[in-house]
Amino acid sequence: MPMTGDEVFEKVRETLVDALGVDEEEVTPDATLTGDLGAESIDFLDIVFRLEKAFNIKIPRGELFPDGIFNNPEFVKDGKLTASGLAQLKTSMPHVDFAEFEQDPDINKMASLFKVQTIVSYVKTKVGG
Amino acid sequence: MRWIWIDRFLEFVPGKLAVAVKNVSLAEEHLHDHWEAYPVMPMSLMIEGMAQTAGILVGQARGFREKVILAKVVKAQLDDLVLPGDQITYRAEVENIAPEAAGTSGTVLRNGKCIGHIDLMFSHIDQNLGGMEFPEENFVFTGQFERLVRPFLEKGNA
Repeated sequence: MPMTGDEVFEKVRETLVDALGVDEEEVTPDATLTGDLGAESIDFLDIVFRLEKAFNIKIPRGELFPDGIFNNPEFVKDGKLTASGLAQLKTSMPHVDFAEFEQDPDINKMASLFKVQTIVSYVKTKVGG
Repeated sequence: MRWIWIDRFLEFVPGKLAVAVKNVSLAEEHLHDHWEAYPVMPMSLMIEGMAQTAGILVGQARGFREKVILAKVVKAQLDDLVLPGDQITYRAEVENIAPEAAGTSGTVLRNGKCIGHIDLMFSHIDQNLGGMEFPEENFVFTGQFERLVRPFLEKGNA
């Protein structure tokens, strides 16, 4: 039976509280993973493992969080994403909203793209909610 | 002094479970700083003991090809002190293994009695720190670690 949006959010919130050691109240839909919740690179892997277990889904590498983009000179030049880099990102991550980021595709600003809502949207596509 | 915080494996099931013991001795130098009047096994070194137990389990599961390093202490809670003369048992189980990382859960026993849990995450750095180059030889799994686990692999206890 597909899960409701609220059910998905609750479970994602629980996952982030366990993985990042933050309080429930801090996990709002707009909270950024790295900025607001203090996630680091190893935490992203921990989050993927926990989401797979919690929702009984498979998350292929690079599907939820980007992979193989930053080191590719075709996709990143002078610290910014190229047009093909942006296109690649958009195709592989349809659950992310790139509208604001596109104005200034600085890779250092990429962290702000990943909000709690990003994860909720992704999981919903996987569980049919 | 060697940086090895486990003495022997009691059980080793590749890819699944490892159980190792460490005997705490008053002859160990660090106990005299921690603390002179009341020597106590430091928590940080028990986390390291679990990391070595679980790290060897994770490393062996991928044929010691990966350079496995401790990346995150997910949980470390111990409810009792460990003193000279005690025997610590670390029991580590694999929760997740992927090409770039692994997660383990573990229990710690003091003289056979459970005193807490230590859950860890490891990073396989060659697969992770894209662009950085590491020496080709696996500097994580040195001879002394391999010697500890070899009897279990040779016997065909796998």
